Amino acid sequence: MQLDWLHVLNFKNAQEREISFQPGINCLVGPNGKGKTNLLDAIYYLCFTKSFLNTSDTQNIRLDEPFFMLEGRFRKEGNEEHIQVSFKRGQKKQVRRNKKEYEKMADHIGFLPAVMVCPQYSTIVIGGSEERRRWLDTLISQFDPLYLQNLMNYQRVLLQRNSLIKQMVESNRWDEGTLSVYDAQLAKYGQEVYQVRIQFIDEFMPVFNEFYQFITSGAEEVGLKISSQLDQGKNYAALLTENRHKDRALQYTTAGIHKDDLEFTIHRMSIKKFGSQGQQKSFLTALKLAEQHFLKGKLNTSPILMLDDVFDKLDPQRVKQLIKNISSEGFGQVFITDTGSDKLKHLFEELGIQAKFYDI
Amino acid sequence: MYIYYLCKMEQFSSKLLEDAIQSFQGLPGVGRKTATRMVLHLLKLDKPQVEHFAQSLHKLRLEIQYCTQCHNLSDQPICNICVDQKRDASTICVVEDVRDVMAIENTHQYKGVYHVLGGKISPMDGIGPTDLFIETLTDKVNSGHVKEVILALSTTMEGETTSFYLYKKIQESAITISTIARGISFGDELEYADEVTLGRSILQRTPYENTLAK
Repeated sequence: MQLDWLHVLNFKNAQEREISFQPGINCLVGPNGKGKTNLLDAIYYLCFTKSFLNTSDTQNIRLDEPFFMLEGRFRKEGNEEHIQVSFKRGQKKQVRRNKKEYEKMADHIGFLPAVMVCPQYSTIVIGGSEERRRWLDTLISQFDPLYLQNLMNYQRVLLQRNSLIKQMVESNRWDEGTLSVYDAQLAKYGQEVYQVRIQFIDEFMPVFNEFYQFITSGAEEVGLKISSQLDQGKNYAALLTENRHKDRALQYTTAGIHKDDLEFTIHRMSIKKFGSQGQQKSFLTALKLAEQHFLKGKLNTSPILMLDDVFDKLDPQRVKQLIKNISSEGFGQVFITDTGSDKLKHLFEELGIQAKFYDI
Repeated sequence: MYIYYLCKMEQFSSKLLEDAIQSFQGLPGVGRKTATRMVLHLLKLDKPQVEHFAQSLHKLRLEIQYCTQCHNLSDQPICNICVDQKRDASTICVVEDVRDVMAIENTHQYKGVYHVLGGKISPMDGIGPTDLFIETLTDKVNSGHVKEVILALSTTMEGETTSFYLYKKIQESAITISTIARGISFGDELEYADEVTLGRSILQRTPYENTLAK
């Protein structure tokens, strides 16, 4: 899959811009504040109908303008797909595929897969466990709709159970019978989710390890594993029963897969606590490249890869390895932003890799 | 033009008019403009017609009863369905509310009786098991005259919870507990079915001979 042409109107700091891209590597270079990242965000918008920075649609309209519009011509499995996203202040956002408007945004998401690597995503490595769960859930949901369904069911039951606990505590009528109905449902959906997560990490870990070893030239041993209250074959129903007392005291459900975390380690040490900034960045980059590679295998199309300012903080050797890696066959179309145009051009020439540069 | 002028006004020239509009406003799907249109329409009708309209509403609210057996809406203490000797009283179809009874009745496929719960369990909306007609159902089951209970609740999370709750309540008794089939709608193309439904339909497939006309 690739993006041939992009047209941006009144989007963030850009008034109007039209660019044709090539397959393979595209580098957007220029000084700070010119809007390189905003162009990547425009591409992200066309794929996911929202900003990767999670800003509201209104905040993405250029100052003092009434609307923004984005257009892209993609090519997917030989077909040309024209995608348009437009948003006018105070109106509903519209997404069109080949001039036909989508009724639900959700129908578009996943149609054009893309993977973004940017400094903002460092929260996956250094943030709280919910950041890692969100990354994991979003990734699995893209190729496993049943997982998404189970997860949504789980969350719905969890909300109901929490309401029930609160009401029972307030009215001082603790009803174990009704609670056990919710427990059985949590166990049913939660167990499914847990199993898929474990299975996914088993499949994903070797891919991730390969990328990490390549970028770091095999210097470090990395680990990636699910940490859950269900580990060591713990029975879900028993877990919930054991924690009822605690649930009652705290007035919410304290045990289950909504407390799962991913443990990221280097040489068996937590990377969040002990890793250097460069190691954390390498880890995140490898994680995202592995994500792209993994999705490609599952979806039978190569997701667009966007690298926003990833070379910052990496040592020259790692930068070189990273470039070698992403320009190999498997990666399809890649977009890179960087401030140092000469340095990057030189690097590509030295490695003998074709790349197109755009001064922004 | 006159109507437009009326709509624009915050308060109407007549208190009677204002009261009537207030009464219509707030019915499901009715806002101030629609309420105004309805009331002005009533003013155009003949007086006996409006009289009948008002009477029927009045009688509805005062005289309607809930069937003492199944909690369906009824004019008598026991509803038409429960009283009907031709219906099989040993099969009970459990539904959420009166609308579901009508929906199933309209299929003309069901010959048993109903049990209307009056909602579904949802702590988020403040509805617990004790707010529903569950005890009367378990009483019926325990009476020993029931052979089968069909759980026909919606397939939402809350519907599932309620079904499961009922199942746990009555599973001890020696009756058949079934639930309505769910899957691909009649006349649907497979490619347009959502993945979850389709996946479930494959896993819970039925013997082909069951689909043949008998």
